[in-house]
Amino acid sequence: MLRYTVRRLGQLVIVAVVLSILLFGWLRALPGGPVSALLGERATEESRAQLVEQLGLNQPLHVQYWKFVQRAVTGDFGVSTGVQPGTPAMEVFLQRMPATLELSVLALLLAVVVGVPLGYFAGRRQGGWLDNLSITWSLIGVAVPVFFLAFLLKYVFAIELGALPASGRQEVSIDATHATGFYVLDGMLTGEWDAAWNAFLHLLLPAAALSTIPFAVIFRITRASVLDVLEEDFVRTARSKGLGARVIRGRHVLRNAMLPVVTTIGLQTGALLSGAVLTEQVFNITGIGQALSLGFQRQDYAVLQVVILATAMVYVLVNLVVDLTYAAIDPRLRER
Amino acid sequence: MVPGTQRGKRIDELAESGSDGSAGISLAASAWRRLRRSPTFLLGAGIIAAFVLLALVSPLLAQHDPALRLLEDQVSRADNSIPEPQGDFPLGGDQYGRPLLSRLLLGSQQTLLVALTATVLGLGGGLTLGILAGAFGGWVDTVVMRVVDVLLSVPSLLLAVSIGALFQQQSRFTVIIAVATVQIPIFGRLLRGTMLAQRASDHVLAARALGVKQRSVVFRHMLPNALGPVVVQATLMLAVAIIDAAALSFLGLGAADTSTPEWGQMLGSAQNFFDTHPHLAFWPAGCIIVVALGFTLVGESLRDALDPKKRR
Repeated sequence: MLRYTVRRLGQLVIVAVVLSILLFGWLRALPGGPVSALLGERATEESRAQLVEQLGLNQPLHVQYWKFVQRAVTGDFGVSTGVQPGTPAMEVFLQRMPATLELSVLALLLAVVVGVPLGYFAGRRQGGWLDNLSITWSLIGVAVPVFFLAFLLKYVFAIELGALPASGRQEVSIDATHATGFYVLDGMLTGEWDAAWNAFLHLLLPAAALSTIPFAVIFRITRASVLDVLEEDFVRTARSKGLGARVIRGRHVLRNAMLPVVTTIGLQTGALLSGAVLTEQVFNITGIGQALSLGFQRQDYAVLQVVILATAMVYVLVNLVVDLTYAAIDPRLRER
Repeated sequence: MVPGTQRGKRIDELAESGSDGSAGISLAASAWRRLRRSPTFLLGAGIIAAFVLLALVSPLLAQHDPALRLLEDQVSRADNSIPEPQGDFPLGGDQYGRPLLSRLLLGSQQTLLVALTATVLGLGGGLTLGILAGAFGGWVDTVVMRVVDVLLSVPSLLLAVSIGALFQQQSRFTVIIAVATVQIPIFGRLLRGTMLAQRASDHVLAARALGVKQRSVVFRHMLPNALGPVVVQATLMLAVAIIDAAALSFLGLGAADTSTPEWGQMLGSAQNFFDTHPHLAFWPAGCIIVVALGFTLVGESLRDALDPKKRR
């Protein structure tokens, strides 16, 4: 297990290095070069010269790259020019991360809570009405652009019915304490239950929109996995030795069918972040996704590079944790 | 396995699915036999056929020039009104007073163009990477696959946006490039997997033993046999490309020039009118959903048909 962990961590370092090289190259390929990209067009000659010195632009490429890595390791990616002008890019990212995390976790939770049972029951009765209905649903879910669905939900439930809030993270009139930046959690920690509930209501519509694609994927993997496991020899053995149907389903089918599902859940991190960019924009949530779209429109490349680097690393880390957990449970997986 | 490769696992499974040709009847023939009877496939294929046909004949159907602001006098910023449906204009006009129905009809052309070009470019890029990695193995394989894994670990929309950001001026061309770039690592990984499976197969070994040249082995013995899963993925990618192009438009990365209509762009630019004139979004969104569903249905039924486990 230790050897496996060390090897996986080593691979993580390789990914980080390749990613930093790509990002370094990207920043230099931007229109106008890195200085205009990072400082904006209205920067003074003085600050330009200072940045050239700081990035080592008058030095050979490998020195520039080394300086880039040094600054990246300390979390120094320059100062935001468009999203929150004047704030260090890293800080912009950290301030906005809780909103996105909150949204993504709830969306993933919805996708799992609906997708796994549905996939399980659909797989058990292959070709039944529930199976056909949920397959149709998952296929349509993939074909609908996420932001359109978000608009649709907002239009129906927030504007027409007025049942749920249309935008933002919390009612402005609520004077809530924000200790962690996770609004729902904050309310629960400080005992301000109305604030927590309000923040939760704000999350429902965007999370529902965001969950469609992870739901479709999780549902289908669960279904396929249940179908596979049902044909396994050990299920037949369990049946022939007279185990009850409930025990077989619970201990043998469900448990084994869940293995690929957990991996898939880890893989949804990327889809969630892509979707969050769009949903946050529709519901005006001040998260990372919105920083990304704003960052692009206002050409704030300092923020963009943090977002790209951080989201990719989050994706890699989440999947590393999933894999390590797995290897701890199932020794067969450590061999590869 | 590197984390980025995790997403690749599913791609790899697909890669392996096409490499079985054991039974008496060829995989393609048995796949076709099942497809002909699959309602999913027929529905999807019907939608795609209708879409392509629409793209071809839309210049004959559209009554007006999509770029002309024929109903501009009925557009008012003050009370936020846009042209209602009327005599010659069954769907009314868009936010600039341009004929909505004609734009919708002709939009099929550009939508098809974006989807096809982006997927062909993505496939071409992936093909190059996959052949390099799969055919040569060794350090070429290692380097190419590390880069592919890293690209797969960046959320797809972020990757598309970062590529779009490299261009000074946004146009339909930059949208196509951005969407294609997202597809390159996916196709690359898939092709490498199928090529590796082929490299170890008996017929390739036999060709090598007979002294067939390396290039000929790759292009005439390995590649044709590795194409099944790629066709499946490409079909699914056509749907993804249309949706991604719409998402880029929505984020303000779409083509700056709106005179030639494209559904994704129409949907993206309707966002500011959603509360007041939702039909501006409903029409292009409906078209996108139906067409994306068509490609997905065909892709999924192809995947099932090519799966050796389900052969009868």
